[in-house]
This record gives sequence, C-alpha cells and structure tokens, in this order.
Amino acid sequence: MKISEMEREEFLLPGNTACHGCPSSMVLRTVLKALKGEVVLVIPACCTSVYMGPFPGSALKVSVFNTAFASAAATASGIKASFEMQGDDTEVVVWAGDGGTYDIGLQALSGAAERNEDIIYICYNNEMYSNTGIQRSSATPFGAWTTTTWKGKTEHRKDVSEIMLAHGVPYVATASAGYLKDLYEKVKRAKDIRGFRYIEIHAPCPPGWRFPMDKTVHIAKLAVESGMWILFEHINGEFRFSGVSKSIARGKRKMRNLEEYLTLQERFSHISDLELSEIKRYVQERWSRLVKLEGEKDAVVAKFYV
Amino acid sequence: MPERNSEIKILTGNECSAYSAMKSKVRVVAAYPITPATPVVETIAKLVESGEMRAKLIRVESEHSAMAACIGASAGGARTFTATSSHGLAYMHEMLHWAVNARTPVVMAVANRAIGPGWNIWADLSDSLSQRDTGWIQLYCSGNQEIYDTIAMAFKLAEDRKVLLPAMVCYDGFVLSHTAMPVEVTDFDGFLDEYEPSWRLSAEEPFTHGNIVPPVYFAELRHNIQKSHDRALKLMNKVEEEFYEFTGRETPLILEDYRTEDADIVIVTMGAIASEAKVAVNSLREKNVKAGLLRVKSFRPFPEKQIKEHLEGKRVYVFDRAISPGSGGPLFREIRSALAFSDVKSIVPRIVGIGGVDVTKRTIERAIFERKIWVKEVVS
Repeated sequence: MKISEMEREEFLLPGNTACHGCPSSMVLRTVLKALKGEVVLVIPACCTSVYMGPFPGSALKVSVFNTAFASAAATASGIKASFEMQGDDTEVVVWAGDGGTYDIGLQALSGAAERNEDIIYICYNNEMYSNTGIQRSSATPFGAWTTTTWKGKTEHRKDVSEIMLAHGVPYVATASAGYLKDLYEKVKRAKDIRGFRYIEIHAPCPPGWRFPMDKTVHIAKLAVESGMWILFEHINGEFRFSGVSKSIARGKRKMRNLEEYLTLQERFSHISDLELSEIKRYVQERWSRLVKLEGEKDAVVAKFYV
Repeated sequence: MPERNSEIKILTGNECSAYSAMKSKVRVVAAYPITPATPVVETIAKLVESGEMRAKLIRVESEHSAMAACIGASAGGARTFTATSSHGLAYMHEMLHWAVNARTPVVMAVANRAIGPGWNIWADLSDSLSQRDTGWIQLYCSGNQEIYDTIAMAFKLAEDRKVLLPAMVCYDGFVLSHTAMPVEVTDFDGFLDEYEPSWRLSAEEPFTHGNIVPPVYFAELRHNIQKSHDRALKLMNKVEEEFYEFTGRETPLILEDYRTEDADIVIVTMGAIASEAKVAVNSLREKNVKAGLLRVKSFRPFPEKQIKEHLEGKRVYVFDRAISPGSGGPLFREIRSALAFSDVKSIVPRIVGIGGVDVTKRTIERAIFERKIWVKEVVS
C-alpha cells in the first residue's frame, strides 16, 4: 500500500491538547483513518481522555464513550451487545494506555478476550503511567527511571500481547509509532476479522522517557531495529513476524546495538553495565520465545547480539 | 379493568426478578453470580438459552465489569438489567457512580446481604444503604409480587426523559430472594413497550460522552441529577396510578401506609421486615396498643414531605436492618432529619435483623416495649 492510498479525512482534529511529539495522537490519527472513522471509541482514563479536550468541545470526530480506568473492555462488550440487539454492526474499538491494559484493566481485558467479544482492543503502550506524570507500570522496562522507581525499575516488563496469544483470540498484533503504514495495514486486517482483536502499539513518550520531542519516530524505529520491540501478527492461530522484525528473524538484517536505543533516553542514563547486560539477556530470551511460536523456522536469530 | 395476559406462577423473589426483566423487554443483561442473587442470573441464562427471552447475556468476569457492561449497553441504546448483592454491589461502587453521571437508566435487582468478614450470606440492608450517595434510585420491596411489579415500574421511572437515572430494586436476601410465593406474572405490553432511548451512541451521529468537564459545567451536571431525583419523586405517583390502571394492583413506589391514621405509635421500616410489622401491628392492636406501620419504599429519592405528613403527632419507632457504625440506623437518621421542626411526639431507633437474625412479630413487639436499641437475638 502507498501512503497516498491512505484515508484523507482527519478524525482526530488539529489543535488538540496532546504534548508536542506525542506518539499517542499520531497513532490514533492513523488508526481512525484505517477505520474510516466508522467506529465508537471506548476510552478509559489515559492521556487521550485529556487530549481529546474538555466539554463542550472535543478533538475527536468519531463517537467516544469515556469509561472508568478498569473497565474499558467490559464497557465495550456492553456497547457491542447493545448494538447487536439493535442490528447495528458498528465497530466498537477500545483505545487504552498500558496502565488501563496491563494493570488495572487486565481482568476486564482477559474476560472480554475469553468471551471472544467482537471488538478491537488497541493498547498504546508508552511503558508507564504518563497521564499521572511518569510512574512505573507493569509495561515499564527493567532499569527505567520513573517517579516511583527513582533508582530504575528492578523488574522486567510483562507482555500483554503474549498473554493475549494465550487466550487464543482470532487476531493479535504489535505495531509501532515508527511504522505507521504497518499499523494502518494491521488495523485494516483486524477490521475484516470477527471476534476479539488485540493490537498493541509501542509509543515512545518524549516527556516520560526524557528525549527531545522531535525524536519520537526515530526512537520508535530504534526500538524495533534494536530488537527491544518486536513486530508480529498472529492471525487465527498462525504467528508471523512483520516488518523490520521479520528481516531480523530471517537473519536478513542485523539488530542495531541496544545502547544506541537506550542512551538516547534519559530514563536509562543511570544504568550500569550489569543492568545493560540484563536487558540484553531479556531481549534475547524474548526473541527465542517468539521464534519458537513461529515454529523455529528462523532459528538463525539465536545469535542476536554476537 | 382490561383483560391482561397474565398467569399465576409460584416464584422465588429471584425468579420474580428474572421474569420481570424478561417481561420488561430487557435486551442486554451483564451479570456475575453472588449469593443470594445468583438464581437471577441462572434463571435469565435459562430463559435466554431457551429463546423465551430475546436478550444478550454477557457472562462477565466480575461485578465491576458487570456494571461497566450495563452502562455501555444502556449508552448503546438497549434496555439493560443486572442483579447482585453484598460484596458484588460493593465491588461495583465506582461504576454505580458512573451510571448516574453518565445518565444510563440501568435497573438492577439487589438481594440484600451483609458484607464480610466474617462471611455472612444472610439478609442485611447495609450493602445497598451504603451505596446511598451514588445517586441511584433505591426501592425496597417486602414481597415477591412487589419485586415483580417494581422492576417494570422502575424501568418506567428510570427511563423517563425527565429522570434518566439508574434504579435498584432491593429485597432481603433469602427471606424474599429464596422464598417462593404465588405471583401474577403479567405481560407489560402497553405499560412498558420496547425501549426508545432519548440518546444513544452511534457512528452516524458522533459525539463525545464523558470527557473532561470543567467545574462550572460539572456543578450543573450534579445539580441536574438532584433535580432529576426531585422529578422522579413527583413522577412516582403517576407511575403507581398507571400501574394500577394496567394491572389492578396497588404497588407503591413511595410509601405504604398501614393503619397509621388513628395510630398512637407508628413503626417505620423498609423491606421484608415491613411484612412482619403488619402482623405485629395487628397483634399490638389486640393488646389495645394503637399501632400502625409506615413502610418506606423509596429510600432515594427520599420522600421527606410525605413521611412528615404521615407521622405528625405520632410516637415513631424506626426499625433498621442495617447499621452505619458511628452514626446509627441509616433509616432512623433520615427519618429524624425529615421530622425536624415537626410536632412528632418521639422518635426512637431500633436495630434488628442484622446479618440475617430472624425478625419475628415478637421481635418487633418486644423492641417497642423494651428500652433497648438493639435486638440481636431471635425472639420466638
């Protein structure tokens, strides 16, 4: 698909209150274009609930229902059921941050996935609670500074996309703010599938991660190129890497040095060599795990950082 | 009286809830089981699976999600129902507030039960009374026919464009939820037709619901909710009358008055205890005590003026099956506040039936003759 073929209409209006360099508004704009604005969005407490702007205005040109932090997937299930009973086939889409997905909203998400609700759940993952001002979430990577982990986080992040794989839902994909065309295509594919669909978008946050606001896309790309964020798609039981991650998995592309990615972000400025090697070990382990999901046909990636 | 399609069935309080939801043309139910409300969900599942009830049942993973899904379903434009109790209701607390500010007229059955620990599954109104300030309409029933009738009436009231508030229909766990009685199962066609929402989410006419509301708009939003409660109270008489016209049954929404006119002492209470209190009133009258009963059906909105009219010049005994620790009986506090500056002779509190302690007519009689606030034992 060419960029010129993307939807021209804007559904997230300019002049909204998102920070400069915000990845969330950028990917939301892309998602709504892919869905042609024919959606009802369900948004739990997150940055978007702020940057959509205050009543009586709204920066969103689609229908939006704001809901409580823990209950996005449940609220969406209710709206979908209601529409079904009225013969309305409007797509119901959850738009949540990693706080509302990984932590407080995980139970409702798991419930909706297990029931195979016919909704799309999109998590924009900026690896922390950014709306409350940079606190750790269970998506925060090992070593990262936040205002609740001043010396750096002492645990690795968990991975909800893998948890969603374990639910056996029809569609799971990861995407990145660095690759909007890939995101656009994934959302379009998800739209044509029925049942529960989960998409998680890596969203580097300039104020939260402490990098200049013109570097969002650069950092997002580095995350994928360094193997720290892995792009994949899982459609009806079949797992496949996508984009740059696919080239890495096939051995066609060497991973970039992880330090390149980490040193650009001040949140990692304090980490020791020991901590760095721990992050590398985690990345290796994760690749090995995902490669197995693809049936180990890409065993070449066993030597990522050699 | 026009002929209505109805049949007599032997139903428990919980089955009344389920059947009334079906006859009220509920289209979405999201619920999570909890004793003693579980049979409501089980019965609805059976009715939906057999095709008797045309509704989608979302078998959610928690009560918090149950209420979230109900709010979503109602915002999506469907008539929505759920049932819960005790810890389940407490777990919903955040979403109970949400349903009010979102103006989603969900109706919920609450089988009243104590909250632990220790685990206690028996009747106690503390669960719903501690949700007093969420903004839900609260109606307390004292019989199974009343549960059946009140759910349909609650939808009528809640969905009125002047009201648009959620409503809970409460009844004592086990005492009513699990006791079977003959109930007239009436079709509500003509009284309550297919839901026509005054607003609904749709892709065609986009709007943003519930974004940041600055202080002045928020004050307006909250004031509107208070005004809607005032309007709900005014509308209750009309719904009672319409329901009577339709079914021939005098099912109260505000208050039930039993022999208070010439009474010296009036028992004021809610829920199943009120049924027993009628027996006590008759027994007291045989002993030449001029007793009467005022049953409060609507706890929210609180019918302050009507209560005052019934109790002027009386000696009032308020029976609470709940306690607000550090304050007293929740109903007692409300009644005393309603009777401030009135010429009532006395108002005394009585705490009975906590955690399911059986309340007999003798319990009530003894509570009137003895100068003790609490009755903690079974008086048989």
